[in-house]
Amino acid sequence: MKIVVLVKHVPDAQFDRHLNGEGNTADRDESILSELDEYALEAALQLAEARGGSKAGNQVIALSMGPARAVNAVKKSLQMGATEGVHLTDDALAGSDAAATSLALAAAVRHLGSVDLVITGMASTDGETSLVPAQLAERLGLPQVTFASTLEVDGGRLTARRDADTSSETVEAPLPAVVSVTDQINEPRYPNFKGIIAAKRKSITTLSLADIGVDPAQVGFAGSWTTVTSAEQRPPRTAGTIITDEGDAGIKLVDFLAAQKLL
Amino acid sequence: MAKVLVFIDNPGASLKKSSLELLTLARSLGESTVALNGELSDGVAATFAEYGVGSILRPSAQDLDDFLVAPKAAYVAAAAETTGANIVLLDNSPEGKEIAARLGIRLNAGVITDVVAVDPDGTAHKAVLAGSYNTACKATTPVSVLTLKANNVTPDPAPAATSPETGTVEVPAVAAAARITAREQKVASGRPDLTDARIVVAGGRGMDGDFGPVEELADALGAAVGASRAATDAGWISHDAQVGQTGKTVSPQLYISAGISGAIQQKAGMQTSKVIVAVNKDAESPVFEIADFGIIGDVFDVLPQAAAEIKKRKG
Repeated sequence: MKIVVLVKHVPDAQFDRHLNGEGNTADRDESILSELDEYALEAALQLAEARGGSKAGNQVIALSMGPARAVNAVKKSLQMGATEGVHLTDDALAGSDAAATSLALAAAVRHLGSVDLVITGMASTDGETSLVPAQLAERLGLPQVTFASTLEVDGGRLTARRDADTSSETVEAPLPAVVSVTDQINEPRYPNFKGIIAAKRKSITTLSLADIGVDPAQVGFAGSWTTVTSAEQRPPRTAGTIITDEGDAGIKLVDFLAAQKLL
Repeated sequence: MAKVLVFIDNPGASLKKSSLELLTLARSLGESTVALNGELSDGVAATFAEYGVGSILRPSAQDLDDFLVAPKAAYVAAAAETTGANIVLLDNSPEGKEIAARLGIRLNAGVITDVVAVDPDGTAHKAVLAGSYNTACKATTPVSVLTLKANNVTPDPAPAATSPETGTVEVPAVAAAARITAREQKVASGRPDLTDARIVVAGGRGMDGDFGPVEELADALGAAVGASRAATDAGWISHDAQVGQTGKTVSPQLYISAGISGAIQQKAGMQTSKVIVAVNKDAESPVFEIADFGIIGDVFDVLPQAAAEIKKRKG
């Protein structure tokens, strides 16, 4: 099987994040592999391992689109066990919205030849729109299975479970397909010493827009279909009244709700 | 005047509040048409008229619910082309956003999710980076696709009712889509959905395995129940209840946080709530930095007392 996993280098949510890049884009100084992408990578590794791993010809390709530093998301994926890394990087990609991102990623996936599965996280932890998996599927003309909490592949078909608020669904799709997985699907492994050493010997292919046949005008700020016209930091919430319970805090809470007309 | 298409999926016997919000916003932006999937009940038809809907479109195919997203996106795209819509509005549910995503590609249209307000010129407002920034964004394409977060528009019937005509839209064939082979309805809790609830009561590690007091207070307030990741990971409550970075982002009128310390990812899921109340034993909890009303106290004393007091006052 040939599985492509989309991995993204995102600002670490443990720290305050800022929009101070060009065109109100996120500052990416303190960036890491998106936590939600680790579940996608783990799902791919488990599918490959169940089929005999790389010795049996299974490939798990970690693909990241982003500036030079985004290669760190690919490196971490290789340490976890991905067999190959691909870094799509080009100055013209800066500022791409979901539509432009999905266009570039679709071209990169096509460039990788016949792929059985594309697995992504449920959302990026920076943009948080969840748009890219569905847009990638639409552009590639593939079925999409989003928010999978289980994933099985058998004889060219995949079966997954999705949990919505009011129902759980079992879905089936023929391969190739695009799947996004939730954080309920597995427990991602940590890179171990062996994995870190092995990763040093794995190659990372760098692709430019010219390599994948995408016109720079179709991506980046120029090719995006949305634009951020202004961004203002919200005034930080300030603490209000804090009381210590003296046996009547529940009643004081109700008084507060009544005063706010929230009852 | 803009032409606005609103997608309403399986309304059942009556429209949800979030659908009424979509119809109210649509009317403020221009002439509105509804693309409906599912049955059109008399009650829903009457509400469409009351909210000033110009016409109602229905799909030629009846099996859209058997597949994931793709055929619904194809249907809404065809409806948008038929009506010449400039703006397509959908709800901000995970499925609403996915339909919007595919629709965007089909219509060559910019998609903006998590929208809280739209100006007459189509500029959309939303919070990003876990509510730390307010941004204004605009589609640069002739058509824009917007998904509206619940609880941001006050539902308001039109000054004069309309008598919408009903039409049919031919649903284009979709090459490949995932088929839904089984669907299990979850046991209805009788509580509102977390994403569009007006009030949320959420519990965390401090509930120590017992969500009873959270549920009791939620029921007294007619609220939805939420939880921190620590509580869902511990299996104290279903994962659906998770609020935060990897769960659901909520922006209710009132958010009551019980036994949640308020680490940055938890704050992320709730800081656009209008009013935040926090109850926690630990006076050092970061959640007190953002609470409008904070109680340093034991959740097992404070929550039941508040629930009893609300029931008493409501008589």
